[in-house]
Amino acid sequence: MKEPKELSVRGLTMRFGGLTAVRDFELELARGELVGLIGPNGAGKTTVFNVVTGVYRPTAGSVSAAGVDITGWRPDRVCRQGIARTFQNIRLMKSLSVLDNVIVGHRLRLKSSLPAAILRTPGYVKEEQSMARECLELLDALGLVRYANAPAGGLPYGEQRRVEVARALATRPRVLLLDEPAAGMNPSESMALCQFIQRVRSDFDLTVLLIEHDMSVVMGICERITVLDHGETIASGEPADIQANQRVIEAYLGVGFKNVAAH
Amino acid sequence: MLGVYNPARARLKLLLTFGGLAVLAAAIWWGNANLSSYNLRILNLAGINAILAVSMNLIFGFTGLFSLGHAGFMAVGAYTCALLTLPVATKDSIFLLAPLAWPFSVITLPPIAAVVCAGATAGLMAYLTGFPVLRLRGDYLGIATLGFAEIIRVVANNIPSITNGALGLKGIPSFASNLWWTWGCVGITVFVISRLVNSVYGRSLLAVREDEVAAEIMGVNRTYHKTVAYVIGSFFAGVGGALMGSLVTTIDPKTFGFTLTFNILIIVVAGGLGSITGSVLTSVIYTVLLEALRPIEASWRIGPLRVPEIPGLRMVVFSLVLLVIILFYQRGLFGGREFSWDRVLDWIDRRRSRKQGVRA
Repeated sequence: MKEPKELSVRGLTMRFGGLTAVRDFELELARGELVGLIGPNGAGKTTVFNVVTGVYRPTAGSVSAAGVDITGWRPDRVCRQGIARTFQNIRLMKSLSVLDNVIVGHRLRLKSSLPAAILRTPGYVKEEQSMARECLELLDALGLVRYANAPAGGLPYGEQRRVEVARALATRPRVLLLDEPAAGMNPSESMALCQFIQRVRSDFDLTVLLIEHDMSVVMGICERITVLDHGETIASGEPADIQANQRVIEAYLGVGFKNVAAH
Repeated sequence: MLGVYNPARARLKLLLTFGGLAVLAAAIWWGNANLSSYNLRILNLAGINAILAVSMNLIFGFTGLFSLGHAGFMAVGAYTCALLTLPVATKDSIFLLAPLAWPFSVITLPPIAAVVCAGATAGLMAYLTGFPVLRLRGDYLGIATLGFAEIIRVVANNIPSITNGALGLKGIPSFASNLWWTWGCVGITVFVISRLVNSVYGRSLLAVREDEVAAEIMGVNRTYHKTVAYVIGSFFAGVGGALMGSLVTTIDPKTFGFTLTFNILIIVVAGGLGSITGSVLTSVIYTVLLEALRPIEASWRIGPLRVPEIPGLRMVVFSLVLLVIILFYQRGLFGGREFSWDRVLDWIDRRRSRKQGVRA
């Protein structure tokens, strides 16, 4: 039998009242793939992420992870199923330390009960210590360990993005969804980010879905790209094909761009 | 919570903790024997306020649930405890409107069991109401919980066979006029809630407060954690209510109006959201200050001039104090900080090294 896809989205439609944010969206991620999701502002990219992670319940269609149907599941259950994400506008727990942020991500594997935590039973204390150790190792692997005890909100912007990735990785996901990780970065920071994403993917054995506006990032690292415009999938394929696709060019630059350029 | 482990310092801290507890115990023992009943009452009230403030801080300060239902849970706790501790003979004499319903009419429990039952009943009530109410956020939650507290009050007014209606309950055994009782309960409250808050579960509560959506995406079960904080906080609100009923020995529905909730809210905000230390110390300051300011309401003389007595003047002074706190310490007197021996020891170390530096 064929191995089920890590993430598979079928016929996904999301309507908010009269507005159709996404229509008949299809996506399949095979294990280890790095796929890009692009489109102009308001195309419905983040809506796709929100439906996949359980923030919204889709109007129609289904989402499954590793063969399990997770359509309409609560976000925390989706997370337990191995799907983690970051946010377009960074959403760290700002007043908590970087380490605590990562611990919150790690927490879903805590086995001790609440009474055990209050009574500080030896089993709980042991679990807490190994949890802290693992989180520190994770921060170390991502080059963030020097910030461990700093409040997350006080870090430079780029580092906050990395902490968000660290927090997502602490949940030990199989699929990582990154929502505009390069937003607000200069070209050299974007380059560093590309290397970071590729390293994380191979080190943590991940499948990655990436929303991005920065074309150098998308074209540089994605193996496949899907393009959304006004909720419709207008193209899907390899980076070179997408770059040459007339509909994609029109969606980004407007109809008649070629004519303008020819003059 | 998660720092570098230093065995020598850990031993020192343990020693200091036991030393501190011993000093407190000695103070309680001395106070019980030597203080006037007026002063004892103030200290007992301070302890009860501390229990209520710390429990509200768990709900509002640490978990970010703007709940105004504290008076309701206190009422549940106070009535439960009173009904379970009143001697059967007393019950017969005070229930004039309607005979007391079974099983309260026949049982009398020792205070400890009654207080635990009081907390448990309040906790159960929180669990049942939390299910629909905790879906609300921010101000909406505040309004819904305030409404719940009012419902409790109105219900208490209208079921004479259990609450004796507007007449209330009198002659409640006053075990809580003993410092061991009130401050012992403060100790248990602080122990349980600080352990909870500092555990991994506590990190999740803070995460829910900081960003509900992000916390949930990270695998934190939002409803579960909110319910935990709400139920545990309400349990201790019930305990506080039980002790208050026992301290004043008479309760009626009017005792548990919403101003009670706001008094506690003032303590929590002034002490600092997310600071247990702040809640406890501010409760003591608040309760003592409220009494200490009484003389300014009396009439006094400056030479030939006689200032008439002004009832309510201390509340004016109090409001000014609050204004100053909010203006200059926006995050409350303690911000989100806690007392810890580490902080004290680090401070001593710093002072010592500074002195040596000067000498060298």
